[in-house]
Amino acid sequence: MSDLRLRLAQNRGLIGAILMFALLYGLYSVLHPRGGSGPLLVQNANESFALVLAAMAQTLPVLTGGLDLSVGPLMTLVNCLASQVLNGGPADLALGIALCLGAGLLGGFVNGCLVVYGRVQPIVATLASGAVFTGIALLLRPTPGGEIDKDLSFGLTYDLAELAATFGLFDDGKAPWFAPFAGLPTPVLLVVAIVVLVWLPFRASVTGRGCYAVGSSEGAAYMSGIAVDRSRLAAYMLAGLFAATAGLYLALQTGSGNADAPQAAAYTLNSIAAVVIGGTSLFGGSGGVVGSIFGALVLRAISFNFRVFDPGSWLGALADPLLQPFVEGLVLLLAVSLGAARVLRVRNRLHLFG
Amino acid sequence: MTSIAPPLLGLSAVSKRYGGVHALRGVDLEGRAGSIHAVLGENGAGKSTLMKIVAGVVRPDEGQIRIDGRPVAFASPKDAAAQGIACIFQELSLVPDLSIADNISITNPPRRFGLIDRRAQRRRAEELLARVGCEDIHPLSLVKDLPLSRRQMVEIAKALGRDPRILILDEGTSALTGGDVERIYAIVRRLRDEGVLLLYISHRMNEIRDLADRCSVFRNGAHVETFDTDARSDDEIVRMMVGRDIHTVFPPKRAEARAGAPVLEVRGLTWAERLRDVSFALHPGEIVGLGGLEGQGQRELLLALFGVLRGVEGEVLVDGVPRRISGPGQAKSTPIGMALIPEDRKTEGLMLPMSVADNVTAASLSRLRRGPFIDAEAERRSVERMVERLRIKVDDVRRPVSTLSGGNQQKVVIAKWLLNEPRIVLMNDPTRGIDVGTKQEIYQLLRDLADAGAAVLLFSTDYAELIGCCDRVLMLYEGRVVRVLEGGEIDEMNLVAGAFDLSLAAPPAAAGAADGGRAHVDGARSDAARVDARGSHV
Repeated sequence: MSDLRLRLAQNRGLIGAILMFALLYGLYSVLHPRGGSGPLLVQNANESFALVLAAMAQTLPVLTGGLDLSVGPLMTLVNCLASQVLNGGPADLALGIALCLGAGLLGGFVNGCLVVYGRVQPIVATLASGAVFTGIALLLRPTPGGEIDKDLSFGLTYDLAELAATFGLFDDGKAPWFAPFAGLPTPVLLVVAIVVLVWLPFRASVTGRGCYAVGSSEGAAYMSGIAVDRSRLAAYMLAGLFAATAGLYLALQTGSGNADAPQAAAYTLNSIAAVVIGGTSLFGGSGGVVGSIFGALVLRAISFNFRVFDPGSWLGALADPLLQPFVEGLVLLLAVSLGAARVLRVRNRLHLFG
Repeated sequence: MTSIAPPLLGLSAVSKRYGGVHALRGVDLEGRAGSIHAVLGENGAGKSTLMKIVAGVVRPDEGQIRIDGRPVAFASPKDAAAQGIACIFQELSLVPDLSIADNISITNPPRRFGLIDRRAQRRRAEELLARVGCEDIHPLSLVKDLPLSRRQMVEIAKALGRDPRILILDEGTSALTGGDVERIYAIVRRLRDEGVLLLYISHRMNEIRDLADRCSVFRNGAHVETFDTDARSDDEIVRMMVGRDIHTVFPPKRAEARAGAPVLEVRGLTWAERLRDVSFALHPGEIVGLGGLEGQGQRELLLALFGVLRGVEGEVLVDGVPRRISGPGQAKSTPIGMALIPEDRKTEGLMLPMSVADNVTAASLSRLRRGPFIDAEAERRSVERMVERLRIKVDDVRRPVSTLSGGNQQKVVIAKWLLNEPRIVLMNDPTRGIDVGTKQEIYQLLRDLADAGAAVLLFSTDYAELIGCCDRVLMLYEGRVVRVLEGGEIDEMNLVAGAFDLSLAAPPAAAGAADGGRAHVDGARSDAARVDARGSHV
């Protein structure tokens, strides 16, 4: 009882993001003529996946009290790399995927080293490394294009039935027990799998706990004998891995590579917004990846809604797509203000600046 | 010392310098297993540095640490923890955003399949909290949601969880309240009986009398003497702590007593268990000192007067008019005219990357403006005047203030506030870490300010300064003014005794029966004490 209340109180940000998403996506489903149908779900999930992963990536550096401006550029780099290597037989494809994820880890490792050993401020370190990543992406793919294995692309970016059919699983997806799951979009399954197989174990590890401790109070973490450097390095590497997954997916979804710098910047900024909406403190130390997932979904749901507002209805005033940034901004402000409520309780005004 | 086995903890010839200051010099110390060992001393005597060295936070410049007779060297707190050393510091080592259970098991959590076993961790937290009698603390609540006294209990539970062989408590009970203190006493005694060495710093003499088996007194970074607690009286202990080297010359105090109405009057000031019912008055032309060990509410008192703290109860009258000061902006402006020289010049006193000139004028820009703009010419003249008046050594006032020496930086902080022509000057340890020459200039400046009609409230951790500068000294102890020393009463014995809230049984010196002549006795006694100190660490 008291346990439950505590958990609710400590996850206010996450719960807020879930409710906001439910509200916005519910509205969209009601307004959309085919709201709630399988193909629409698949389409929305596909449109959300890359931002969801970018937000997950951004969460880790933010938890340690840092920031990663290279999330978008690293995604773009991996996207371009994928468009070169995701071809050929199954062995080639497996190698290509490993190469892409490895590139992400390496990029994150470089960021981590700059921050931990180079003592460069995270915002500067990742601004610089992000520019380098964009440069490499342009070298790999000076003009948009490339070729991605069609089967892989189709299998991973549609629903589970398609996935099963592509890889010949469960009688090509026709097994009777499989039917209830067949309509589930594959990207949703992928996100759940990443959370369960990567994030939850990481959060339950000593290193993962260290990330929270470092972001909350580096002094106390050090005094408690925590491996401060290792935690911070791990946070940036995991961020690199998530960003790479986002880039990889983008390649599968578009079937090509594109070293698009403005798009990279947009992903970075939206990932930060998603993290904030998801209840992770920009001061570090509290929050988590799951909140950021819903934060990203809130942002996406806002843009979905702008497609379906009917100018003639009571929401007609909002139908102008030019209002979209305005609404996104309002939601962001709302989320940030809720997080800043602690200021009201501070009794020594000097602590407001610490 | 006659035992055959080596002592659990041994220090020999341990020294530590910070810049030119000797925090510790040639300290030899032994701590035996199964004892409670109190470490006593005045502000700056080296207690905390010593503890930090044992805990692996600070590395000594020279000397050796031995555990069970074997030499050890700690690169970090982690190394010390591996040797069974746990500590509870004044600045707590808890991570605010993690839960109690997470914090208690932070370095070595119970694991299953390589991952933290949250259930086991919670059980462990429940057990340890029960051991310190805090079953009411929910193990899943966050540290930042707990009040300070509860955090300290969690800190103690965390230390116990490491099964320490040596447990360091640096003012480990200072934030605790009645019942908790008793529980901690019981735990401390039980640990001693189990063979743990407890190193213990406290400002509460009755606590030391109650608990400690042995006491070591420190002064000026040197170990004076170690003795069985019952072997020495309070008076003798106080006498061991006094005798700081005094090389400074102070400007003469004002002869006549304070006159006129008080410029500042404080009645019943209370704030968040750190200030309790503080009342005093400050008159134009006088320098009033705040004495006592660090952390007894002096800093909070100055911040409260300057309007930095929220929820302060009590009354503050300026020129007889009750005022609610909402912040530094109001405090510094007319009709109040207050200035605060803060404790940490690097974070609260200066904008380090900005120039000397920008820093000097930072608090008085409203006086230097013409319309919406800063009058560059007036600014230049003001800066020039202050640099000259305070003799700030800088070749070009456009240099960043961070390039100056500590003493000159502090002069810039003072210049900033003098430029605003304050009538009430609050100072928080203004000469800490500053060379002797600059100190003397600051003392002269304080006296000049007072003579010009300002009222000065000076907190200092150096009692020589309180003796030399102040017309009166308010002794703070646990947020309360426990005594006011005036005129000839301001001497070392009274300051040190007051810091531990002790009343001396007999007048200190043998000849002290006479009412006059205290000032002379002072000098003689410090010399004697210094000889003592030399004798003891041969």
